Amino acid sequence: MADATASTHAAPHAHGASGPATSFGIGRIALYALLIVLAFFFLMPVYVMVVNSLKPLDEIRSGNLMALPQAWTIEPWLTAWSTAQIGVQPTGLKPYFINSFLMVVPAVAISALVGALNGYVLTQFNFRGAHLLFAGMLFSIFIPFQIVLIPMAKTLGLLGLAGTVKGLVFVHVVYGISFSTLFFRNYYAAFPGELIRSARMDGASFFGVFTRILLPNSAPILVVTVIWQFTNIWNDFLFGASFSDFSSYPLTVALNNLVNSSTGVKEYNVHFAGAFIAALPTLVVYLLSGKYFVRGLMAGSVKG
Amino acid sequence: MASLDLINVQKSFGPVQILHDISIGMQDGEFLVLVGPSGCGKSTLMNIIAGLEEPTGGLLRLEGRDITHVAPAERNISMVFQSYALYPNMTVAKNIEFPLEMRKVDKADRAARVQSVSKLLQIEHLLERKPRQLSGGQRQRVAIGRALAREPKLYLFDEPLSNLDAQLRVDMRTEIKKLHQRLKATIVYVTHDQIEAMTLATRIAVMKGGVMQQLGTPYEVYNRPANTFVAGFMGSPRMNLVKARLAAEGGGLSLTFREGAGAQAQIDLPPEAVPPALARYAGQELIAGIRAEAVTLATPGMVAGPMQRFFDAEVEVIEPTGADTLVVIDLGGHEFTVRLDPDVSLSPHQKARFLVDLSKLVCFDAKTETLIA
Repeated sequence: MADATASTHAAPHAHGASGPATSFGIGRIALYALLIVLAFFFLMPVYVMVVNSLKPLDEIRSGNLMALPQAWTIEPWLTAWSTAQIGVQPTGLKPYFINSFLMVVPAVAISALVGALNGYVLTQFNFRGAHLLFAGMLFSIFIPFQIVLIPMAKTLGLLGLAGTVKGLVFVHVVYGISFSTLFFRNYYAAFPGELIRSARMDGASFFGVFTRILLPNSAPILVVTVIWQFTNIWNDFLFGASFSDFSSYPLTVALNNLVNSSTGVKEYNVHFAGAFIAALPTLVVYLLSGKYFVRGLMAGSVKG
Repeated sequence: MASLDLINVQKSFGPVQILHDISIGMQDGEFLVLVGPSGCGKSTLMNIIAGLEEPTGGLLRLEGRDITHVAPAERNISMVFQSYALYPNMTVAKNIEFPLEMRKVDKADRAARVQSVSKLLQIEHLLERKPRQLSGGQRQRVAIGRALAREPKLYLFDEPLSNLDAQLRVDMRTEIKKLHQRLKATIVYVTHDQIEAMTLATRIAVMKGGVMQQLGTPYEVYNRPANTFVAGFMGSPRMNLVKARLAAEGGGLSLTFREGAGAQAQIDLPPEAVPPALARYAGQELIAGIRAEAVTLATPGMVAGPMQRFFDAEVEVIEPTGADTLVVIDLGGHEFTVRLDPDVSLSPHQKARFLVDLSKLVCFDAKTETLIA
């Protein structure tokens, strides 16, 4: 982010003759100084994590946390991935990483699709109570997670989904729909109504309009929703800790178990590597589509 | 192609009535233009015909079949929208194909239709492009192509030219007219542009405030407007509508114009220009309607024809438009626009003698503002 800002501002340098030169100098220097300090501030923890995850444990115990490794090793990463003790099993984070994926992919897909469908219905059909319904869905965004823990546990029990990855998918879909509905409703509110009327006259059915016209033209808001939901669901700890068991722990819970294990030596290098493994997928998703994220958020907020 | 009957169509939103009792019978192959200022209900009426809105009262029949409550997809009506409404995610070919695909026409037939339609509209070279890569005129053609593709019973055009620039609008207007002559299609066309209405229509429905003011051929609407609103709306410059008194003097009738302290102007009426209905207004106030082109500048030695009369007036403003010169004259205190030859030599405040053709004189009741006929 800091890089991008810097490079766009660097351009006027070439023809600095135009415009007031003095304010350019001082203002710019202050700005760059601030940006560098902020970048340093945000990158420091990342540096510490990366550097220490590549050191043998002795080096961390004896030496400086900030120093580069003397003997580089990827052993901590391999340990964290496949052999570290999680709970009672020496399985590493791998099975939980898979659990998290099995949870996040359907949860994101379903909540995004249902949100899109809700947005379609809420904006294109002026039925009685549409505003009230939308207000109700918005309100659910502000309900703290903790309040619903017990009712949700009860519900999952009744559905026979307690302690399973499917149960977690269910919980995240239910919670995700309010946000995805908000995103899609605002996007579709600005969608040209003539396109939809035209499709209806051309003979498209309810779902025909949705799949052939609305969804193919929803790329920006779809990206926003996917990033938002992916990040939230992947990083969730509370629901994972509350509604899963040994076989269905998501990665966040497994990481906690890895770091907080009370027996044996604290393998900080393995912990750092594990934390990084847990953070990587969201980082990748953001890097791949961050550009659309900002653009889509703007589209939703300005036009909505 | 088919006939369309609107029978007492009404629409209201709560207490607000948008359309009052609209009845129109359209023959097969007619080009009906709904025209009126914005907010007159013409677009609502079109949406009702399309099935996008339900009327609160009345009936619609397409080819004798009651379609009042039939879904838009089942009506077999195509519509060209003001914004063209091309699907941005599809190529031109896919756009044209879409209504056929939705109707489960098989693939070979679809391709053949796309070919013939694009050939007709000369958009064959654009078939693989996306709508955003097209100019306004090209988008317009594609939108028309999509409407043509499925050969509906009825075409609806919702202000299709209003997003184009002036030159292109005239070209596309001609093209739509050609298309109508070629396809013999039944078309309902909405516009607020009275010139489009005049040039395209076989019949015009003039609307205002949800009430149909007049339904007639362009000739009728232009020459025999049903009321002062229609008279003022159709034609540019607008028809001169001047308050006058129908005075009886020495056996004949004449129109006298006087507003404020100015000099009185008078036009004698030949007996043929006074139908019995008008004669009953002798001695009363009325509104006289005279088109700008009914007046010419008198030349020395000119003899008035049986339906023509001379009058004198002072020139106020001269507006040359190139093709002709519009001159505003003072007729008994009223501004009165006349359309003269482009090369007349007049100057402001000059007194001049004019010749008016009274064969197309229309008079309106001063209170109800409806045509006296």
